[in-house]
Amino acid sequence: MGVNDFSIQVATVNGSGSQSANAVLLRALFQMGIPVSGKNLFPSNIAGLPTWYTIRASAEGFVARKKEVDLLVAMNAESAREDVAGLRPGAVVVYDEPLGLGALRDDVSALGVPFDALVRAVTGDARLSKLLRNMAYVGVVAQLLGIDLAEVERAIEKQFAGKKKAVELNVAAARAGHAHAAGRRFAAGALRVERMDANRGKIVIDGNTAAALGAIFGGVAVVAWYPITPSSSLTEALIHYARKLRLGPDGKATFAVVQAEDELAAAGMVVGAGWAGARAMTATSGPGVSLMSEFAGLAYFAEIPAVIWDVQRVGPSTGMPTRTAQGDLLSTAYLSHGDTRHLLLIPGSVEECFTMAGEALDLAERFQTPVFVLSDLDLGMNVWTSDPFPYPERPPDRGKVLSREQLEKLGSFARYADVDGDGIGWRTLPGTDHPAAAYFTRGTGHDEQARYSERPDDWERNLRRIARKIDGARAAMPQPEAAGSGARVGILSAGTSRWAVEESRVQLRREKGLETDHLRVRAFPFADAVREFVAAHDRVYVVDQNRDGQLGQLLRLELPVELLPRLRPVAHVTGLPLDARSLTDEIAGREDPS
Amino acid sequence: MSEAARAAVPRTNRLGLALADYKGAKTTLCAGCGHNAISERILDAFFEMGVPPERVAKLSGIGCSSKSPAYFMGRSHAFNAVHGRMPSVATGAVLANRRLLALGVSGDGDTASIGLGQFSHLMRRNLPMIYVVEDNGVYGLTKGQFSATADAGSTLKTGVVNELPAIDTCALAIQLGASFVGRSFSGDKRQLSAMLKAAVAHRGTAMLDVVSPCVTFNDHEGSTKSYGYMKDHDEPLHEISFVPSFEEIDVEYAAGTSVDVRMHDGSHLRLRKLEEDYDPRDKVRALSRIAESHGRGEVLTGVLWVDPDAPTFLDLLQLPEEPLATLPAERLRPPREALAAVLEEFR
Ligand SMILES: Cc1ncc(C[n+]2csc(CCOP(=O)(O)OP(=O)(O)O)c2C)c(N)n1
Ligand code: SF4
Ligand SMILES: [Mg+2]
Repeated sequence: MGVNDFSIQVATVNGSGSQSANAVLLRALFQMGIPVSGKNLFPSNIAGLPTWYTIRASAEGFVARKKEVDLLVAMNAESAREDVAGLRPGAVVVYDEPLGLGALRDDVSALGVPFDALVRAVTGDARLSKLLRNMAYVGVVAQLLGIDLAEVERAIEKQFAGKKKAVELNVAAARAGHAHAAGRRFAAGALRVERMDANRGKIVIDGNTAAALGAIFGGVAVVAWYPITPSSSLTEALIHYARKLRLGPDGKATFAVVQAEDELAAAGMVVGAGWAGARAMTATSGPGVSLMSEFAGLAYFAEIPAVIWDVQRVGPSTGMPTRTAQGDLLSTAYLSHGDTRHLLLIPGSVEECFTMAGEALDLAERFQTPVFVLSDLDLGMNVWTSDPFPYPERPPDRGKVLSREQLEKLGSFARYADVDGDGIGWRTLPGTDHPAAAYFTRGTGHDEQARYSERPDDWERNLRRIARKIDGARAAMPQPEAAGSGARVGILSAGTSRWAVEESRVQLRREKGLETDHLRVRAFPFADAVREFVAAHDRVYVVDQNRDGQLGQLLRLELPVELLPRLRPVAHVTGLPLDARSLTDEIAGREDPS
Repeated sequence: MSEAARAAVPRTNRLGLALADYKGAKTTLCAGCGHNAISERILDAFFEMGVPPERVAKLSGIGCSSKSPAYFMGRSHAFNAVHGRMPSVATGAVLANRRLLALGVSGDGDTASIGLGQFSHLMRRNLPMIYVVEDNGVYGLTKGQFSATADAGSTLKTGVVNELPAIDTCALAIQLGASFVGRSFSGDKRQLSAMLKAAVAHRGTAMLDVVSPCVTFNDHEGSTKSYGYMKDHDEPLHEISFVPSFEEIDVEYAAGTSVDVRMHDGSHLRLRKLEEDYDPRDKVRALSRIAESHGRGEVLTGVLWVDPDAPTFLDLLQLPEEPLATLPAERLRPPREALAAVLEEFR
């Protein structure tokens, strides 16, 4: 811990209205130009259970969850003792005075704050004072860390934009906290902020909103969904922004959103819309993906575009619905029965949530197949700092669709014939005004003309063509991202694991002198570069946020067998976003068992 | 022109298409299956109404009934989806292209068991489409298990008795918000053709439950969905030419007479005299008439309920006239400045 390098954990009760206060604290740091990230560690509950928010400032720009807490704000009686017990020696705790945490440990600095008394001076309204206690701790923390009060006030104005009364009260509460803690700085030099200039031009946004915007700018036209954490906010953001961005001058919508009766129906609507030629998507999480299984197989086999966002949470079953994981890699890669293999995109940043939302729609139409985008709760629901998203320059790729005029010239067509040698047939859209346009879409065995067939040769030829088509997609999908070169030890990761890996590589170098290379997988089926990366390293640690090391298992299924002994799974699922320290300790321990 | 010469010229509809242009592949269903008769009525109705086959999207689930779209209107796109989930596929397709005339074909298993949820929500959305349940009271394709529309007390060929009450898809559809609900019988050419034509003209969900005997698994003494049973218990309601959007159609339905229809498989069906004064715009009455007919062990046929002015799902969604599927890129992708402006909110 040190200047612009610390983590704050705020422990409150779910439903106590601390969200705005935490957002203000994060924004104030952001405005001071300090690289900052925030993570909401919340229970599956509307009100009453303990909840934590962590804010990390990192001059070096690390944004993974930091395992150690440097400053705890303890507002919740229920979790306070355990929260304090978990602090590292030398940490700081700011607590609500009646909790009496001051004497719990002699190796942490503690500051009791009479929050009730502080806000009583701001308002007499009991309900409001409950909320304002939160902004008072923001003031206290600002004072302790040296965050400019003016930045806090600016952040409050943004947070409560247009609500004059709310701004006034919250500013007053923050000031009260700030004044109360005056003169209470801890060990000089440590736990302090200084202005930087790391955030010029940057935005702060969550992955779900980024994905929603990406879909809107990607031209999505039909969206069907069924609410499920942590994906709901994706579709809700999409509805919000589509209403602003996708209404014609006549007030007519160039999109349709349907809240379906379940995920099964949502998948069916997407498949129906994709079949009829509209760019269509749904957003869900693991349990919803399970329900979509039969449709995924149908869309794969009948060759229908569909985009399915899976914002992953902890399973199996209802699991930990508000906690993060990457446990759906295997289930989505081969979702459904029989021979299937799906295209997966795995965003590792909010910017990629935006760009991959458009890419997924392109890939689905180009390859006439379902595309799963595997985000996770950490990426989707937490806010991240990012460069502004690039405007999509390429026109949408609508794939091989025969128009009436083309059909007129050709005279006829065969839906599932591989005329171009890439395994992708030409399709017509229902409603195409030509007597030869129609074909029969079915999940049953069919020949090139889409006629019912149970002939062994038809079945095999067709399924092998589809396999070729899917394999051919590898070159068109986002390629893996490599960092480092020439090391003996490699690290493979996917999605949000990258943040912990990037930091862990620095720790391994600094603490152990261990050089590593990193390859971040961004799509499945894997690009050739994945095989090459494994072949170029003696040992490859495969980082997973699930129990069984699903990325590693996928690699085992897809890589040449002689490379498999090089793979070393590093798999954990705790519900918390992966942190670098755990990775570093594990990899260092396995590299040097002494 | 001589009689013979006139007969040699194929009859054409207002588009100049012949009946042959509405044919599909050869059926693979059992000879005498009620579903085949329904296919015939459908292609007749679309031919006579002069619907361009290219405008039609045929959608179905899984079952013998759901196979049948392959056997009519080969010039229409079709989608044989998964069991019980055709409503969602149809919803997506119609949202993508509102100019399609969607025709859903389902079975009683496909609709009333595995698909009951999707069926219900389709009805309440009043999505513009025709939804035909080919209702034989059994699962034909899986060889004769009871479906949820089998009447309590009916027996399977194997002697198994159904103890559970039947789901009445018409009563459900009326309650849930479908705006055109009727019941007919596969063997009743006149009534079914007229009803299908009215359904084509309707704007909103037209749900038709068509009793359609399964000659292989459910056409025996103990079955209430057999030709024999229907012959004795079919109680048709009124005639339907007063459906407002249907006025221009000549249904040739003589009120106050009885009709003796000879089925393609040689059986006969006698329809009873129709009521003149039945008002299908009265929801409560429609439901009570259905309940009464159940009480008497009768099958009430005819158009039971119509609400021609009910807003459809497309109205609620404020969709443009052009299909979403073929909107040009510039209407689907907001301009560069729009992205810059939105991102400004996140600074
Ligand atoms: C998910 C799933 N479960 C079961 C089946 C097996 N199955 C095929 S058709 C059918 C019943 C069809 O009954 P119905 O809809 O009444 O059609 P019918 O054959 O009687 O016309 C069943 C259970 C299936 N295809 N898919
Ligand atoms: S089994 Fe029954 S429902 Fe199926 S085709 Fe034969 S008669 Fe028709
Ligand atoms: Mg049936």
